[in-house]
Amino acid sequence: MSVTTFPSRGGAALRQPGRLARLFDYKPFLIVMCLAPAIGLLLVFLTCPLGLGIWLAFTDTTIGQRGIYIGLENFQYLLKDPLWWNAVFYSIFYTAVATFGKFALGFWLALLLNNHFPFKSLIRAIVLLPWIVPTVLSALAFWWIYDPQFSIISYLLVDVLHWRDSNVDFLGSPWPARFSLIAANIWRGIPFVAISLLAGLQTISPSLYEAAMLDGATSWQRFRYITFPMMMPILAIVMTFSIIFTFTDFQLVYAITRGGPVNSTHLLATLAFQRGIAGGELGEGAAIAVSMIPFLVFATLFSYFGLARRKWQQGEAND
Amino acid sequence: MTDVAASNVASATPDTMAWDSRTRRVVMIYLPLACFILILLFPFYWMAITSFKPNAELLNYKEHNPFWITSPTLAHIKHLLFDTSYPRWLKTTMLVAIGSTFLSLFASTLAAYAIERLRFRGSPYVGLGIYLAYLVPPSILFIPLATVIVQFGLFDSPLALILVYPTFLVPFCTWLLIGYFKSIPYELEECALVDGATRLQILWRITLPLAVPGLISAGIFSFTLSWNEFIYALAFIQSGANKTVPVAILTELVTGDVYQWGALMAGSLLGSLPVALFYSLFVDYYVSSLTGAVKE
Repeated sequence: MSVTTFPSRGGAALRQPGRLARLFDYKPFLIVMCLAPAIGLLLVFLTCPLGLGIWLAFTDTTIGQRGIYIGLENFQYLLKDPLWWNAVFYSIFYTAVATFGKFALGFWLALLLNNHFPFKSLIRAIVLLPWIVPTVLSALAFWWIYDPQFSIISYLLVDVLHWRDSNVDFLGSPWPARFSLIAANIWRGIPFVAISLLAGLQTISPSLYEAAMLDGATSWQRFRYITFPMMMPILAIVMTFSIIFTFTDFQLVYAITRGGPVNSTHLLATLAFQRGIAGGELGEGAAIAVSMIPFLVFATLFSYFGLARRKWQQGEAND
Repeated sequence: MTDVAASNVASATPDTMAWDSRTRRVVMIYLPLACFILILLFPFYWMAITSFKPNAELLNYKEHNPFWITSPTLAHIKHLLFDTSYPRWLKTTMLVAIGSTFLSLFASTLAAYAIERLRFRGSPYVGLGIYLAYLVPPSILFIPLATVIVQFGLFDSPLALILVYPTFLVPFCTWLLIGYFKSIPYELEECALVDGATRLQILWRITLPLAVPGLISAGIFSFTLSWNEFIYALAFIQSGANKTVPVAILTELVTGDVYQWGALMAGSLLGSLPVALFYSLFVDYYVSSLTGAVKE
């Protein structure tokens, strides 16, 4: 008896685990302690506001005044509000055109970067710059590029190439302003898409291309039947992220046009800010923000099916 | 045998049309690549050149070529540094970026360790929950968050930003670090357990030193993301002195009808430089974290 207990006592004396140390070695306690900071931060500043935001959307809260529950009144008001419909339209249009542009050009850039050429890593680093730099600051550069009087693009078209007689009015009327913003968004989004897709391209085994070349496949066929299907899973993920963050974009529009001219370039996020924070109608702003959620759920489902397909592919090709 | 045949065919095809493939290569690869780089970099060139141009050249394209500067000036930068609170804004932004980076690294390292190494029932669901948090964009949170911040008495304080930024940094960092912890052999930890180390000692002495590249990637990513953040900083900070650089340039420097383009572009350039420098020092980590997170 004494012989068997001796070693454990000796071990205890050797390590001298304090009560605190033993508590931290107790696994459930350790798990709770490790997860507490992250989960706590996310609960207090993400989950809680999300719920609060949905609640606010059903109240008539304004800044400095607690609201009361008014049911669907905010949403009924929004459905009759042409500005909200305008923002919904432009948010969808902006997301669709910008995402298409980003992916077409980004995929092309990724395919280009996948070749061998000198200074490859330097060029890859440079390409990411638009994505690194604070969006608002590059948006200011675009604002200056789109200036009605001193636009460098107008200078090129009018004074250098003589293609036009007058300066381009980029931000003065609705449709040019809409497309100018989309162009700036595409410019900012290309690097992220290109670098993520490049990572995907590099995982495709060269032996697939060799086999296809043996069978006499043209370069278009190689792209269509090897590159594109192999890239589907990563395309789906990157596109989901891109759609979510383009649809809820705020900075670019707020910096360049602030929703103007005549409210034609409001996205739902900028409209929510204008009504909620600048206008003080917290309840209505929250309702506009909440009205984005169905679109986001749709985009997330898109991601889910992309991921599901990826798992299926991994199961087929032994990972 | 078939391998040899395959490589023969592959190498023979370019040989037979050697000169043709070279021009083809220029047209198909170098020319589009050059266009891409030109367009992607032009706004930065334009930003830089505007910030050193004297106003006379800036607003007169007839006599001065707008693509070049004949008499560069530091007037805009001087105006920015001495006549505005720009240094103060830079300091606030730095403080917020560093504070939120450390806070999110701390929280996400522990969370990633718990999810990946402590392995409890339901840990995949916790991981998935944290991942889903990344899909909630700030645009739908800022209005309710503003009321939460006011209730905590943190309105108009940089501390509010330090506490709020981890909501979008922690999910990303946690996923990045889970990937890194996965790559560290579990046997190392088992050896340490056998030798009588506590779990926290293992984390501190064994796992963390091996995960340093992952920590650096997550740190750079967090730093740039919090430096660039805009909507929260715009909604939660009221007084001019406490603003971060992106917000301050847009709200404090854009005044009246005549825009001070020189000063605006100088401010943008200076505000972009810290992240660009930081990024260029760690570009490999950055690219690997970006692509790693996407692949995850």
